[in-house]
Amino acid sequence: MSALNIKQGSTSHSAYNLRASYTETSERHTLAVIVVNAPGVLARVIGLFAGRGYNIESLTVAEIDHAGHRSRITIVTSGTPQVIEQIKAQLGRIVAVHEVHDLTVEGRAVERELGLFKVEGTGEQRIESLRLAEIFRARVVDSTLNSFIYEMTGTPDKLDAFAELMRPLGLSNIARTGVAALLRGPGAASK
Amino acid sequence: MAREMTGAQMVVQALKDQGVDVVFGYPGGAVLPIYDEIFQQNDIRHILVRHEQAAVHMAEGYARSTGKVGVVIVTSGPGATNAVTGLTDALMDSIPVLVLSGQVPTFMIGSDGFQEADTVGITRPCTKENWLVRDTDQLAPTIHEAFHVATTGRPGPVLIDIPKDVQFATGLYQEREAHRSSYSRPTAPDPDAIEALVDLIEQAERPVFYTGGGIINSGPEASAALRDLVQATNFPVTSSLLGLGAYPASDRHWLGMLGMHGLYEANMAMHDCDLMINIGARFDDRITGRIDAFSPGSRKVHVDIDPSSINKVIHVDIGIIADAGLALKAIMAAWTRRGRRTKAEAVVAWWRQIDEWRAVNCLAYRQSTTTIKPQYALQRLEALTKDRDRYITTEVGQHQMWAAQFLHFEEPNRLMTSGGLGTMGYGFPSSIGVQIAHPDALVINIAGEASFLMNMQELGTVSQFHLPVKQFILNNERLGMVRQWQELLHGSRYSQSWSEALPDFVMLAETFGLKGIRCSDPAELDDAIMEMLDHPGGVVFDCLVERHENCFPMIPSGKPHNEMLLGDASTEGAIKADGAVMV
Repeated sequence: MSALNIKQGSTSHSAYNLRASYTETSERHTLAVIVVNAPGVLARVIGLFAGRGYNIESLTVAEIDHAGHRSRITIVTSGTPQVIEQIKAQLGRIVAVHEVHDLTVEGRAVERELGLFKVEGTGEQRIESLRLAEIFRARVVDSTLNSFIYEMTGTPDKLDAFAELMRPLGLSNIARTGVAALLRGPGAASK
Repeated sequence: MAREMTGAQMVVQALKDQGVDVVFGYPGGAVLPIYDEIFQQNDIRHILVRHEQAAVHMAEGYARSTGKVGVVIVTSGPGATNAVTGLTDALMDSIPVLVLSGQVPTFMIGSDGFQEADTVGITRPCTKENWLVRDTDQLAPTIHEAFHVATTGRPGPVLIDIPKDVQFATGLYQEREAHRSSYSRPTAPDPDAIEALVDLIEQAERPVFYTGGGIINSGPEASAALRDLVQATNFPVTSSLLGLGAYPASDRHWLGMLGMHGLYEANMAMHDCDLMINIGARFDDRITGRIDAFSPGSRKVHVDIDPSSINKVIHVDIGIIADAGLALKAIMAAWTRRGRRTKAEAVVAWWRQIDEWRAVNCLAYRQSTTTIKPQYALQRLEALTKDRDRYITTEVGQHQMWAAQFLHFEEPNRLMTSGGLGTMGYGFPSSIGVQIAHPDALVINIAGEASFLMNMQELGTVSQFHLPVKQFILNNERLGMVRQWQELLHGSRYSQSWSEALPDFVMLAETFGLKGIRCSDPAELDDAIMEMLDHPGGVVFDCLVERHENCFPMIPSGKPHNEMLLGDASTEGAIKADGAVMV
């Protein structure tokens, strides 16, 4: 129908902005949600994910503007494109949410996560873990005669890879922060 | 200049400044300071309820019939938890309601104090927004913000939890005019999307308007704009349950309600249309039936003020995030500027097809001379009340669907019914709220006997406030809709779906000082209804109806619109096992 010869993305409120055909393939998206820093706001965001059955792969939250009472929640989630669109729309409905950004589609984002890895062992294993840590640019932040804690910053994949290598070398504990992410290049401060 | 006052005084002052003249509530320990202030003034009338759930439903009835915010005061703990059903109902149907709940003093929060509950935690999923106020200075701004949030964008319920020490403490009152909110939502439609929609309007051969509660929430101007557009385009119009009244039922463009128990012509038009223009409805599962067979040949346009409604259930070709009234006016303006073109001949042919569907006469039922058929009772009620200043509320079940089919609504805000949540027990208290808002109007709650029992304690409220509200109970001594589904889906095994040990409703009314009327003879029905209408006070009308009547038409679960069951059709085997999974 000729009436539908509307160029894609011609309006900001139109469904034409959505990809033409939804697939059933699950996608991983990193969302940045700028919220009012007030009690209960995080609970409302998490409750939305729990109540509507959406996934949370990781979540970080911290105040980013003390004077403006703003916090940034970074959520890594997954779902079909339709579910991702719903998640963003549902987040946008929340009264205390100022902005929702999908860093996966808005541009290229830097994604970083910090992990602490406790590796216990002695002798050759201990030395091997130290060598690998150097390759991964992990720092030793605690050491005893039979353990190290390594600190490493990187993409979630890099942290996964490091954990995998450390496992046979005595990995006993991991603490990870979840992803923090910003769009590359100049742009709105909130992105 | 800011005035110093106690938190409790601020509550009353802020409500006055917001134009509130009535609140529905129930006192208790954690709201005593507020009730002390209510005692010492006469500007705000307090309606004492018998149960907090009913208070919220009254506020909903008040809000739906006036367009204003309904206000409720409850105490902490059980007072607040009893309000949860009403809050959820208001959230599902987008009704602006403010609940003020008492809370234990701030220094006791978290200690499992007497009548302590995590009210903001419990009500977070069933409010649009809620707040716990820990500082008296924040109380007035929070109340002003609550009114703003409840009525801005998609309306909804809000709650403010107020610890008792915050009510006692003094602080500075912030005037309503001084309040600045950061919450706003876009309401004007995108002009490009409107132009795209007008393209479709100009080319449509089988168009239909599918409207919903968003038009009523937008205000009377939206209903007027809908009437203008429908009549100018000559397009047919149908509506969800919550949208009834936005378009006058007496007009020839009106197809009747659509959906599971909607009219044949409305559902067939939805199924066979080539352009569906949804304005302020949300593709509820009662409307769509089987999603993958829903209106397969149509371009779909969805106007909604809530971005999350678009593409939530049905993927549409054009989504327009806007207030329904503004969108309707923008469509009219753009279409008029471009010369008001439609494919008029094709639309006339479409009407011929619709008239054939109308000829099916889908609401036909077998009349009886010995038993009152529920449909007949409503037809007579309609005939005897249609010229009055009339407001209808309903409970939930068969009677609700029959009311939607057989009562005709000419104006918005005239039907109050629990659509999304389907709350049995909603209608009676809601009718009280409507009567409070419109003291001289005729307010009738269409009820089933089982729904009525769920909040019948409010007979005390009717009696105390001398309300002339009428309870029209279609008494089939059954949970009629449950019974119907058990007959159709569960091999006629009527598990727990009959009303055993019913009260004598006439005596029940009389014991509360109200009038009771019973009627079981179709020949006496008109006189009995007139007796109800002529009585100046509250009436409980016990209309004993056919016990095994089924509500038709019906789209069985898991079926598309063009596979409706009609009254005389065989229902056996109509619903497959996979359909039984849906409710």
